[in-house]
Amino acid sequence: MARQPEGTILQQPLRAQAPARWRIYLRAFSRFMRTKPLGAIGVVLIVMFVLLAVTAPSVSPRDPAEINAYNILASPTGEHLFGTDMLGRDMLSRTIWGSRVSIFVGLVSMLGASIVGAILGVTSAYFVGKFDLIVQRFIDALTAFPSLLLAMALVAAFGSSFYNVIAALVIVFTPRITRVVRSVALSIKEMPYVESSRAIGAADLRIMFRHILPNTFASLIIVSSGLIGSAIVIEASLSFLGVGTTNLVSWGGLLSGEVMQFFTAAPWIVLFPGVALTLLVFGVNVLGDALRDVLDPRLRGRN
Amino acid sequence: MRKYVIRRVLLFIPTLVGVSIVIFIILRVIPGDIASIILGGPSGEGAYSLEELEALREQLGLNRPIVVQYLDWAWGVIRGDLGDSYLLSRPISDEWRRQFPVTLQLAFFTALVVSAIAIPIGILAAIKRDTWLDVVLRGWAILGLAAPTFFVAILFILGLSLYFRWLPPVGFVNMWDDPATSFQQLIFPAIALGFSSNGLLLRMTRTQLLEVMGEDYVRTARAKGLAERIVIWRHAVRNALLPIVTIGGFQIGGLLSGTIVIETVFNIPGVGLGLVRGLNARDLPLIQAYILYFAAMALAVNLIVDLTYAWLDPRIRYN
Repeated sequence: MARQPEGTILQQPLRAQAPARWRIYLRAFSRFMRTKPLGAIGVVLIVMFVLLAVTAPSVSPRDPAEINAYNILASPTGEHLFGTDMLGRDMLSRTIWGSRVSIFVGLVSMLGASIVGAILGVTSAYFVGKFDLIVQRFIDALTAFPSLLLAMALVAAFGSSFYNVIAALVIVFTPRITRVVRSVALSIKEMPYVESSRAIGAADLRIMFRHILPNTFASLIIVSSGLIGSAIVIEASLSFLGVGTTNLVSWGGLLSGEVMQFFTAAPWIVLFPGVALTLLVFGVNVLGDALRDVLDPRLRGRN
Repeated sequence: MRKYVIRRVLLFIPTLVGVSIVIFIILRVIPGDIASIILGGPSGEGAYSLEELEALREQLGLNRPIVVQYLDWAWGVIRGDLGDSYLLSRPISDEWRRQFPVTLQLAFFTALVVSAIAIPIGILAAIKRDTWLDVVLRGWAILGLAAPTFFVAILFILGLSLYFRWLPPVGFVNMWDDPATSFQQLIFPAIALGFSSNGLLLRMTRTQLLEVMGEDYVRTARAKGLAERIVIWRHAVRNALLPIVTIGGFQIGGLLSGTIVIETVFNIPGVGLGLVRGLNARDLPLIQAYILYFAAMALAVNLIVDLTYAWLDPRIRYN
């Protein structure tokens, strides 16, 4: 020990004291679960649905497309826990498979919108001037639409398919994220540390993406987590109206079309997918609310 | 006030132009050759000859420069001439004129339902803050926000058909022809739409009232010995209602897209159902016109809300 340089001696006890990174995260997570009961319910619901979606091929008892003409509109029993629809397809399997579309659409469209929105927001705040002006006018025009309406127009233009719905949702939500990121980035731009990094000669790209962007993440997470729920609802509504993911089993699609003629006689064909959809959106929304409370310093300490 | 109105109206026009350009880009430029899309039908497998294609291109004016096409379309919109629906081979403006009053009646009933439910419940939740009643009412609001409108509507039909043998009517009667029948056929769709869109207004009413209850003048009113009822209704609620007007207005903007779904579920022949039929048939000229009108209505509602707000709260005018 004595032969070692002083620096290492100093560092060793320090490193031993500092808990591992994952331990800090785990502690923060368990505190979140204890102080935000509604948020905890959201986490549980989301984890449950994600697990179902991932394991759908092995968990679901039957092929969701398997038709059985001898067993149509059967009420829920041991054999078919959620009953069967007008073609004799197993509703439990169809409900489980439907979770895949909702979760995939919710996550991917929000990820896409966050990436595009963050880049547009930061560059627009950093360069101001003409570029900012043009981007902002475009965003004003896009946010003037009700979300569902804009999504409908885009799907009508692209044609209805699974990936086109996702592309439409990315376009619908990007402006909202850009707005928030831009306003945060505008204030961060004036911070002394941004000025000092410019003083030591950092390139524009480095300042934007190493110094400004990471500091907008808290606000970015607040907006985008709040929007996942609407993304899921819009996808379901589009599928319900017959212009969404028409060729896949999705919760919105399960309630649409000729189902409308049968559901008063066989309520289970609409109840299970509808309740599943509502629960998922509920979970996503309450988790978003809880995250906002934790991440937004202005709301801290208030109920 | 006049200065504010002029400024706000002048701001409305460029936004509307921007919206119309966005719609034009989305529905005329992105899809490519819309004549072949229309002839191909929704599945894209319709058969047609080259002559037919050329004739339709000529009819829709697709052979002209894109800027000319836009200006021609915009000028048509201003004059109220939106061209013909390809699916129905009728003028789109006739369709809109026939369907719009229906949607307006639905929106009117819904606005009544929403304000009759959300505002009193919000006030109740604020007065009974942190009791079990408050928790239940807030849970209801969160659930109302989470349940998609179409599912709420389906649940309504399910309950009504099971307990009251009520089914969505086949025909449609206007409010001014037969108010009783009109009320009967629109009240359930309005309640369904109202339930799924009142969550936000309810939460807003509650927080707003709670905020106002913490103000100094409420304390003063209590201190001078006024009855709690008078403090709440005369002093707190009146001042809390202001921002609620704004949210209520945005709700009407949101109601517009809610009517699309509700009209489809309840089979109400309004503009929402018209738009959905157009979407399913990929009738692009009709979709383009309808979406522009919907967006223009949403913008107009926002404008009216802003003006009402400024009229109610003088501080806003001078900002």
